[in-house]
This record gives sequence, C-alpha cells and structure tokens, in this order.
Amino acid sequence: MADFGFSISKPQSIDTNDMDVGRLQALEAKVPSFKRCINCGACTATCSAGQFGGFNIRRIHNLYRWDQRKGLEKELQQCMLCGKCTLVCPRGVNLRYLIIRLRKALADNK
Amino acid sequence: MSSNFHPFVLPFTIGTLALFSVLILKYNKWISKFDRQQKKLIRRNLFTGKLIPAVWEMINEGLFHKKVSRYNRRLGYMHRSIALGWFLLISVGFVETVFHFQGRGHAPWIGVFFRFFVRDNQTLSAWIFAQIMDLLLLYILSGVTMAVFKSIFSKTVGMRKTTRLKLFDTSLRYSLWSIFPLRLLSESATAALADNGGFLTQSLGNLMGERFAGVVELPLWTLYSIALGLFLCLLPFSRFSHIFTELMLIYFRKMGLREREKPTGFTRFELSACSRCGICIDNCPLDSELNITDIQPVYLIRDIRNRMPHRNATENCLMCNRCESDCPVGIQISEIRRQERDKKKLDTHDNYGYIEDVQSFNAIGRVIYFGGCMSHLTPGITESMKKIFDTVGQKYWMMDEERTICCGRPLLQQGFFNQAAELRRKNTQLIMESRSKTLVTSCPICYQSFRKEYNLPIKVVHHTEYIVTMLRLGKLRLNRSELRLAYHDPCELGRGCGIYDEPREVLSALGQLLKLEQEYKNSLCCGYNLGNTVLELDQQLKVRDASLRNLTDSHPDVIATACPLCKKAFQHSTTQPIKDVAELVVENLR
Repeated sequence: MADFGFSISKPQSIDTNDMDVGRLQALEAKVPSFKRCINCGACTATCSAGQFGGFNIRRIHNLYRWDQRKGLEKELQQCMLCGKCTLVCPRGVNLRYLIIRLRKALADNK
Repeated sequence: MSSNFHPFVLPFTIGTLALFSVLILKYNKWISKFDRQQKKLIRRNLFTGKLIPAVWEMINEGLFHKKVSRYNRRLGYMHRSIALGWFLLISVGFVETVFHFQGRGHAPWIGVFFRFFVRDNQTLSAWIFAQIMDLLLLYILSGVTMAVFKSIFSKTVGMRKTTRLKLFDTSLRYSLWSIFPLRLLSESATAALADNGGFLTQSLGNLMGERFAGVVELPLWTLYSIALGLFLCLLPFSRFSHIFTELMLIYFRKMGLREREKPTGFTRFELSACSRCGICIDNCPLDSELNITDIQPVYLIRDIRNRMPHRNATENCLMCNRCESDCPVGIQISEIRRQERDKKKLDTHDNYGYIEDVQSFNAIGRVIYFGGCMSHLTPGITESMKKIFDTVGQKYWMMDEERTICCGRPLLQQGFFNQAAELRRKNTQLIMESRSKTLVTSCPICYQSFRKEYNLPIKVVHHTEYIVTMLRLGKLRLNRSELRLAYHDPCELGRGCGIYDEPREVLSALGQLLKLEQEYKNSLCCGYNLGNTVLELDQQLKVRDASLRNLTDSHPDVIATACPLCKKAFQHSTTQPIKDVAELVVENLR
C-alpha cells in the first residue's frame, strides 16, 4: 500500500472501568493549564518533531488522558522541547512542562 | 605568668587553627574533584604569569569590592570598610608587633591583643601606631553600623530587599558584628589603665575611669577573644567562607577554569564563594513581578550547599541571567542551576532516529541561514533575511527551511544533556558537510548554542551582526527617518552573548534610538525565555508586561527586538508594532 505518512486509525475501545483516573488528576495537579486543553491540535500542527512525521503530541496527551500508556514513554522521547507548541496553544496550556511531567510520570509508573 | 601568654587568647588561637585546618581539608577535597580538563588547565597555568592579574583582581574584589561598589556605592562602602579595614587592622597590627619586638621572638597572638600585652610603651612611634589602629577601627565600625542598619532597613544601603538568613548565619553575623565593638571596649579599658590608646580608645578609656576599667578589662578581652574564636571556627561552614574561597576562585578563573556540564570540585568553590549579598534578589524579575521569593540564586546556592531539597528553586527560573550579570563574585549561577536540573533517568539516548535521513546541501560559497524553531512562528523575520541576502547578492542555504532540527539548547537548559548532544551531533554533521564558511542565525537561542556549545570551526553570526557588516561595507543602504525606536535586548543575545551594540548600530542608521531605563545588561526578560517550563501563562504575561512598560515609557513609534521569541511575546500586547531588526531594515531599504 502507498505510504501517505499517515493511515486510518484502527478502531479501539477503552474499558473505562480499568482506567486509573488518579494518574490524570496527578498530572493536572502539576500542570493545571492542561485542564484547559480543547484538543484543537495546534500543538501538533506546529511541532518541529511532527514535521518529520510520526510524532503527534496531541495524540499522546489524549491517550494519556484515557490512561492508554502503552508505548507512550518511548514516543515522547522524540520531543525536542523547542516550545513552539506552548507558544501557539490558544488555551495557554504549558505544553513543555506537560511533556516533562508526562515523561516523568511514565518513567515512574511502569 | 609570662607576659606573652594569658588564657584568654586560647579561644582565638584555637579558632584560627581550626579555620585553616578545615579550609585546607575542604579545598583539598574539592580540588581532588576537579575533572580531567580542569586539572590539566591548573597544571599548565599554575606557575605562569596568571598569578599577577589574579592577585590584582583579588585585591580589587576581595579587599576593595570594586564590583559591589559599581553596583551600589553605599553597599560597596559597607563591604569595603569591613574587608579592607579588617585586613589593614591585621597587617598594621602585625607591623606594629614586629616593629616593637625588633626581631626578638614573640607569640603569634600578640599582634591581635597587642595593647593588652604591650602596656609600657610611650614612644612616639607607639603613639602613631595607636592613632592609625584607632582610625582603622573607626573605619570598620562605620561599616558594621551600616550592616546593622541594612539588616533592619535594607533601603538604607540602596537595596530593595535583603537576604533572609537562617539561624546559623544570623548568629554568626552577630558574632562578626560584636568583634569590633568588643575590641574597641577592651582596648579602651586597657588604655584607661596603661595610657597606651589612640584618639578613640584613650578618650573612651578616660570616660570609663581606672576603677571600672580594672574590673572589666579582662572579661572584655576574653569576650573579644571568644567572639573572634567562634567566628573563625564557624567561618568555613557558613556564608563567610566566601572571604577565602573567593580568592581561590579568582585564581582558578584566571587559569581558565569554568563550570562544566556536570558538577565538579570547581562548582563547590563557586557555591562556597557566594556571600549571600542579595544583589541577585533585587535583579530577579520573578521576585519583583511575581513575588516568588525562594528561587533566587542566593537561596538555591544555600540549599545546594546545605544539601536541602531545592527542586522548585532549580526549576523555576527564567534563566534570563540578569542576576549573574551583577553578581559581584561572578558565580556562573545558570550553569550551576542547569547541572542541578540534570534529568538523569529521563535523559535518554537514541531518541531522534527520524532526523538521520536529513541530507546536507553543497553550500560552498554560500552562507548557511538557520532561522531556528522560533523564527518559524515569526515568518516576517526569515522573509526579511532572505530579502537582505538577495539585496546584498549573497547566496544562502536555509538549513531549516522545511524541517527544523532544534539546536538542542532548549533541551540542554532543562537538563537533558544526552538528548541535546544528539541534536548537536546531527546539526554539526549537516553544517560540516555543507562546507560553508559562515552560519547566520536569526534566533539568539540558537546563536548562543552554536557559538558556545557546538565548537564549530566556521564563523557563526547573529543576523544583526551580519547586517552591520553589510552596512559598513556599503552593500546595504538605509533610509534614515525620524522613527522613534525602543530596542529590547533579548536575554540570550545581550547578556548571553554580549551582542548589544550591533543591533543598536543598525537601528541608529534608520531612526532615532531612545534611551530606556533598563537596557543593555539590565534589560528585562520578555517572560517567555525557554529556560523556564514551570511558569504558567498568566505569570509569564506579568513578567512580559513589566518588560513592556520599560519599553513603552519613552513612547516609541516602534518596539524593535532581535529575537523571534521576544517578538512573539510582545506581539499584540501593545499598540506599537513589534518588529525585528531585520524587518525594519527591509522596510527602510534605500
């Protein structure tokens, strides 16, 4: 199949009974502005790492929101921390700090 | 009892011995922790001419406190009177003793308690010495009085705030302050009995009267000795260790030693050289705008030294370096903070597989233009630079036209050393393969990174430097108008790389440059500095507004800056347009 650099996501279901809401709450306590996120995707659109394909910060924080942590730690390491996402965020989410806290949370709770 | 000894000299003698043994032990330990490169520098430079400028600086800073005086004259006087005064008191006391004994042996403590031990001395030279010693004591006492006032009303010496001290430091400070009044009183008491005082001690002694002086003389000398002993004993464990450590540090710096990526023995010297004067507090925008009062260098250094938790102090800093630029000891505080930010486990290897297939470009005869991540958010700057290159007929290769590999500095500032090195490695490879001779960058963050962290064998210039060169060569010609311009010094470009005059030269060529209250090395951070990740947007905006007030006070037509991040920070927050130097140049091309 032709490689478009993206593909249609496979359907997935999340069993909310298995979800640990505490993790998200702990993250939101550290980065309060994360609560303001409206999932617009401006962060991903401007992302320096995203230009190379493959890295999608919106997808990552969305998955973490639903406690879907598999593979996220490795994926997040691709961030170059340049901070463009934080500057373009229309809701003033402190994404750089969010990324660092996320990486820490993922490394701590394996 | 021999006239050379009295038990009250013991506290002082023990204190002095303890002081020097502890200092030697500590310094030894720290020097052994220097890394290989630092040790090599010492071996190479120890016995060279470096000692002479070092001693000169030690005199200027350790005794005369020139840098403090330059920052604030009253504060300088306070430090100078105590340091220089005390040093002279000890030296003149030593000379007086040697002169009196004329080569005959005497115990080493005699110089400190001279008036007590040498009582029947009525020669003219003794009288002159007594006057000099009294004058010096008066000089010190004036400084101590200022210090007492400063601790209560910091504004009396022109400081906005004074350092909050812990109990240990406070008590030690009292013991320092008490030394000199005690010396005055005990010498006065002796003067009353032996008539060997100067203008100050003799008058005070006469006031005391012989009977009273007879009772208090010995207790006073004992207290004086105890105060001295206590102070000397505890000195190496307190902030007063800066008295000796600063001198060592000056010598090390002259030999070329600097902070490294990871903490070394040199870092211990720097930490120990902080006198907690609090100048950094007055300079910190987080203190003045956000009332965050526990993260300033003075507190961070204290907590690192005392092995107290300091995660918050480490992280919450803009790294604008306004503190460092006025530090009288010149401590590399941002480097130390960065070492403390070391992310250890999080700082992983082999993260950026995706940059590997980026290809270089044969750029022989061209300049490399690196806009930087931030310039991608302010395309006006990159467009202007392209226009400028075209105007001067310079071919260029824009390295990050489509896909940006970050310079690595944002990662480095947050303590991801390996990850930053990975990006640097790839960028270096691209630059070297292009075989270009010059790299022009628009972003001061990248500029500082390329200049200081990359070790590139080619010329690295910021676009303001490039434009100045082109103006001087006559390749660019500008229309000068009456445009009123306020220039904002970006932290990374000004304090970071010392580029203050180039942007000003460009701006003066096209308009009228206004004088601001806070500029050059005192310029205020725009609040968006990538050094900080912790501040929330509303806090950043408060810092920005303070910076903006400084810029708009003189009612400029345009606010100019030379950093895409600063431009982005100020944009749409004021009625004046915010423009980069490059954009202004393109608008006013002749």
